[in-house]
Amino acid sequence: MFIEQLQHHDSVMHNISRRGFLKTLGIAGSGLVLGVTLPSFSPAYAAESGNGEMNLFVSIDESGEVNIICHRSEMGQGIRTSLPQVLADELQADWERVNVVQGLANASYGSQNTDGSRSVRHFYQTMREMGASARTMLEQAAAEKWGVPVEEVKAIDHKVVHQSGKSLGFGELAAAASKLTPPDVASLVFKNKQDFKYIGKGLTIVDMHDIQTGKTQFGQDVHMEGMLYASIVRAPVVGANVLSFDKDAALKTPGVADVVAMPERSFPVGFNSLPGVAVLASNTWSAQQAAKKLSIEWTQHENQSHDSGAFLATLQERVKSKGKVQRSVGDAYAELDKAENTVQASYSVPYLAHATMEPPAATAVFKDGQMEIWACTQTPQSTQNTVAQVLGLEPSQVKVNVTLLGGGFGRKSKPDFSVEAAILAKHSGKPVKVVWSRENDIQHGYYHAISAQHYQAGLNDKGQVSSWIQRSAFPSIGWTFSGNTNEPQSWELSLGFGDVPFQLPHLSCESHEATAHARIGWIRSVCNIQHAFALGSFVDEVAVAADKSTPQMWLELIGEDANIDPGQQGFEFSNYGETLERFPLDTKRLKHCLNEVIAKSGADKPTAANEAWGVSVHRSFVSYVAVAAKVKVDNNKVTVLEMHSAIDAGTVVNPDRVKSQQEGSMIFGLSIALLGEISFKEGKVQQSNYHDYQVLRMNQCPEIYTHIIDSDAVPGGVGEPGTPPVAAAVANAIYHASGKRIRDLPVKNHMQV
Amino acid sequence: MITFTLNGKPTKVEAEPEMPLLWVIRDLLNMTGTKYGCGLGVCGACTVHMDGQPIRACATPVSVIAGKSVTTIEGLSKDASHPVQQAWAEHNVPQCGYCQSGQMMSAAALLASNNDPSDSDIDNYMQGNLCRCGTYPRIKAAIKTAAKFVEVK
Ligand code: FES
Ligand code: FES
Repeated sequence: MFIEQLQHHDSVMHNISRRGFLKTLGIAGSGLVLGVTLPSFSPAYAAESGNGEMNLFVSIDESGEVNIICHRSEMGQGIRTSLPQVLADELQADWERVNVVQGLANASYGSQNTDGSRSVRHFYQTMREMGASARTMLEQAAAEKWGVPVEEVKAIDHKVVHQSGKSLGFGELAAAASKLTPPDVASLVFKNKQDFKYIGKGLTIVDMHDIQTGKTQFGQDVHMEGMLYASIVRAPVVGANVLSFDKDAALKTPGVADVVAMPERSFPVGFNSLPGVAVLASNTWSAQQAAKKLSIEWTQHENQSHDSGAFLATLQERVKSKGKVQRSVGDAYAELDKAENTVQASYSVPYLAHATMEPPAATAVFKDGQMEIWACTQTPQSTQNTVAQVLGLEPSQVKVNVTLLGGGFGRKSKPDFSVEAAILAKHSGKPVKVVWSRENDIQHGYYHAISAQHYQAGLNDKGQVSSWIQRSAFPSIGWTFSGNTNEPQSWELSLGFGDVPFQLPHLSCESHEATAHARIGWIRSVCNIQHAFALGSFVDEVAVAADKSTPQMWLELIGEDANIDPGQQGFEFSNYGETLERFPLDTKRLKHCLNEVIAKSGADKPTAANEAWGVSVHRSFVSYVAVAAKVKVDNNKVTVLEMHSAIDAGTVVNPDRVKSQQEGSMIFGLSIALLGEISFKEGKVQQSNYHDYQVLRMNQCPEIYTHIIDSDAVPGGVGEPGTPPVAAAVANAIYHASGKRIRDLPVKNHMQV
Repeated sequence: MITFTLNGKPTKVEAEPEMPLLWVIRDLLNMTGTKYGCGLGVCGACTVHMDGQPIRACATPVSVIAGKSVTTIEGLSKDASHPVQQAWAEHNVPQCGYCQSGQMMSAAALLASNNDPSDSDIDNYMQGNLCRCGTYPRIKAAIKTAAKFVEVK
């Protein structure tokens, strides 16, 4: 998950040209093939094991075609383009001759979990090393062929050129290069930034043509001869099991082949399948129609008393009193008593669902003791391991193919849907595709936790903050995996709460218990959603109380340029699995984003009546994003007119994809702010489809402007950091335009949107 | 047996009359360019053209298309040459790509009826097509680019 850490230094290159596993990927085996072993994993890449194990690699065949493995999942972030483009640049390859091959689930890649905004962050350097190694070997091969010193040759544009002007193509050199020993990584010479040809350029995504012409294969699109389509009715209350159902009515529906009870389950829910009943049919429609006729009775479970409205009221009450101290300095309570002026406010964010455009889907075949799966998964390895564990197989008996993902946002990190397909494939002996309907998706998600926050500040007579208290309560993701965790975990509080970037003499950050009543999961930017909303809103409220501008208040609270270490004030800060040396919490970068977004948007300029700007800023996934939003409020109707962001994500590989991720993550944040709400009554999710779980539509979408801050720093996360500051910026803008303060999301419960 | 034209080809299919066109195309004819997003007509992912008009295939019983001509994303042009497809590449519109078949089919239908749409024309016409990845700003820009190349009928 987020906490795991991967060391990404000291990789070792291997020339694996003569090893036998390439055919498992459908790549012709002659020519140069370069793999890398990551030091935290077994260097025995075991090509001879016949298991199809392989490492990250690049191959160049004798015709000059370059194949680059992408071992991460593509879900719209452009990773199948961005990682290969880094390698191709160092290789001096012609992008037109590069093919991208999707990697299978394999532990020797290291973590393949595509979440936490870290694909580029973790593999930028490895990709450069691999490209530079292959380039060096091709140069050496050319020098040997010509009998000249290697200093006289240079790779450029898919060939190696001698200073005399003669040249050999990469394809002509591939075989000779394949016989060489890869250079020591420490000896590699990398390109200078000004020589980059692809890094830093907005290359068109590699899947563009397939998308334009409808040829893409998503998890929902997998098709196999003789395949059965499954529709599953799952327990509406988490914890309930099937008591009885009517098999016959479903079986009589034309096209239906079988009706199967899914295994009973208890806690922890983990990544396991949910209890329920599956209908297998010759097409999706028949399966879905028959599923409506099952008349299932469910067992009782105490979660059926869960009512999200009442539950939130309990949390809101709880955060009004002192909680478990997570970080503290000075004596915030004593200072608060002495304050000239105090401000306090409570905030809440409801349960949220991912609602990826493509609902989850997985196809499985079980043959001769081998399970093969095709799934839109962000986590092929946990799919492999969970399926193996649930079905009593060895991981080596489970092969996982990653299709394209029609959105991920964290939902497709959970392999429950692949487990379902595997169970049904084993049961039926035929290929089975489990098709989640939209209703299934909205009602059986891994929800973003409902939460309450409470903030208090004391101000002195100059309107300066002298004391700061903040509290947070929400059911933990930890519960999903333990079945008994009942309070926020420090890694969750590390997401925008315990790492509040303020240098104040008196500060107290506290958490409160909260029990889970549904599967809790991570959704784009995770707990940063509620923490950035509450913090960004409260800073605005304090600014109003102190009669200062909001940016001014932020700058005062953040204070001097410094690298903050929340650990020194007792907080167990996970910093997105990174060290503070490599990725400091740098107040200078934070302030710079804020200043930049104001300068670029004009958020400090006057607006028309009924219109106003709101701003917020937040560090997450080791990147920094400030947002300025302009809204109009007319007769209690909110229109968001424009949104600007300034992002400092360190070195940027593909600025166009960073820009598109900013657009996407801010629109995701705007959906949360204006519309997002999952509610529970009698333990069941009340919403069922896009008509009642609304997401932003084009007519509600403002103009969006992205300002990327130029930086040579190590690449930070992109994909999630754009989401957290949006809700506060919008709510603040609404306040300044109308005087109405929104403290409980979504806005649609208070105003027309 | 229902007979219709699919992307210019005469097509016959054996299906229950009430089965939505979406599942006929995807599961029975095995053409998966047309996507499922909601099954309720509220997301636009399944948009196809019937005799040139955009329809939601998930909410159209297959019996309705008997004798009609249906175009899906696979038939929008030969090799991505429709102005909408071209403009989509020029603006690098897609993120995950899942909604994009429906977006392009709606956009093509919009431009066939209005080759100089204003911002609000685009908003009104396209608001039935959801994109959870948030490609709306680029869709809007791409439609304006495509408009310059669409022939007036
Ligand atoms: S699937 Fe047809 S409109 Fe959503
Ligand atoms: S591009 Fe992913 S849903 Fe639109």
